[in-house]
Amino acid sequence: MSNFLKSSVGRKSVMAVTGLLLFGFVIIHMIGNLQLFLGQDALNDYAKHLVEMPLLLWPARVVLLAILVTHIFVSMSLAKENRVARPVRYTQGATIQASYASRTMVMSGIIIFLFIVYHLLHFTFGKIQPQFYDQLDAEGRKDVYGMIVYGFQNIYVSGAYVTAMAVLCFHLSHGLQSLFQSLGLRSNALAPLLKKMAVGLSLFIFIGNTSIPLSILLGFVRMPGVGR
Amino acid sequence: MNLKLRVWRQKDASKAGKIEEYEAKNINPHMSFLEMLDVVNEGLAQNGVEPIAFDSDCREGICGMCSLVINGIPHGPDRGTATCQLHMRKFKDGDTITIEPWRAKAFPVVKDLVTDRSAFDRIIQAGGFVSVNTGCAPEANAIPIGKHLADPAMDAAACIGCGACVAACKNASAMLFVAAKVSHLALLPQGQVEKAARVQKMVAAMDREQFGNCTNQFECEAACPKEISVSFISKMNQEYLKAFKGDIL
Ligand code: HEM
Ligand code: SF4
Ligand code: FES
Repeated sequence: MSNFLKSSVGRKSVMAVTGLLLFGFVIIHMIGNLQLFLGQDALNDYAKHLVEMPLLLWPARVVLLAILVTHIFVSMSLAKENRVARPVRYTQGATIQASYASRTMVMSGIIIFLFIVYHLLHFTFGKIQPQFYDQLDAEGRKDVYGMIVYGFQNIYVSGAYVTAMAVLCFHLSHGLQSLFQSLGLRSNALAPLLKKMAVGLSLFIFIGNTSIPLSILLGFVRMPGVGR
Repeated sequence: MNLKLRVWRQKDASKAGKIEEYEAKNINPHMSFLEMLDVVNEGLAQNGVEPIAFDSDCREGICGMCSLVINGIPHGPDRGTATCQLHMRKFKDGDTITIEPWRAKAFPVVKDLVTDRSAFDRIIQAGGFVSVNTGCAPEANAIPIGKHLADPAMDAAACIGCGACVAACKNASAMLFVAAKVSHLALLPQGQVEKAARVQKMVAAMDREQFGNCTNQFECEAACPKEISVSFISKMNQEYLKAFKGDIL
């Protein structure tokens, strides 16, 4: 087992599995978020149910953090070795067929990590826009809906989220096909399908998540009782 | 045709190298790239300049000895072609051509464009074989092998061990070479007995040589003179995971 985790191929498979699990979380998280479109009552109700299940919520958070930390640490150990493996660079380099997304995985990963920190400070810890954080709705529940709607009415905040989702989309457009190769599941026959699937799912995440700040900015989603 | 060459010159592994410029005059477009360098070297020798050192042997694309990164691409711009089979007609009169050695920690420069590729030999020694009791040669058709296995095994066996995959890889990874060797033997009945141990030993040997880690960008496949498919890397990953299955689960 320790030989496996030290090896290049073993660590690549860890990247693939943790990447896939993170992707799974991103999908579930997005479905949760999209309940914004069902209105203030539905979203605040969903949020209330989540925090009322601490025995589920906290282990889930810990596991998720462990997966993310593993993904980041393993990627950094692999990337460090890759730099060492070519001490002298070519004076004239060339790229034959590697995609831009595949060549910028470390950079897109770092941006996603910074975004995760920002996102947690914003909505989990209420440090970015504290004025919207501790409000209650008419039923006395935490007003998550209001926090999001007021928050995203700020174009800079929305802009940061849309940009981060574009970067995530980019990361996944390579990652979601790469993981099949890392796990030994890709064949030349499957390759075109995997590519389409990866690009399709990345765009799905991008469109789904950015629909929230964009609908708020464009005024399709607003606070109940507020006209345009 | 007349060309300008920018060539990496390095006295030996311990000295720093640098790019030097040379003129290649009156080159016949039907010459191979290596013949062009022979002509340039003749001129250099006549002028008392040390000729450019580069590797070659068969000069017919089968031995894996020739190398050279030509304008950033191992074995030059022609796909599926080794440098010895690359012809000067692929270039234009007046072109500037940059020629560098394979760049990888595991392939140290010996001199100029010559690198030490013995890291590959050590990977093969670690497991790139099948063990048989010696004696007289067995009857060739004693073990029937289906076409669905023989064909991909032959495709993998086409690897000539040149190292272009390492040179092309953004991470200087040797995955395509090792995958070709692992897959070739893992596909054939003769390779079954040592299958699990082989992939473990060869990957461990590869890692020991400090090749980089694959990021599935497939530059190797595009540069490979034998067009070895990256599907063999997937096959090797699968063999590796299977070999450790008992430990992981
Ligand atoms: C929501 C967050 C993330 C998701 C869903 C995600 C997803 C993925 C997936 C599916 C892969 C493919 C694994 C493979 O190549 O087999 C991957 C690879 C990778 N990820 Fe992430 N990732 C996330 C965050 C991050 C972060 C925060 C970093 C770094 C700071 C990062 C860095 C990398 C790197 C360097 C690779 C390897 C790329 C390669 O081998 O070409 N990722 N990621
Ligand atoms: S896989 Fe291709 S590029 Fe790599 S060593 Fe074999 S023949 Fe050369
Ligand atoms: S010299 Fe033998 S393959 Fe080029």
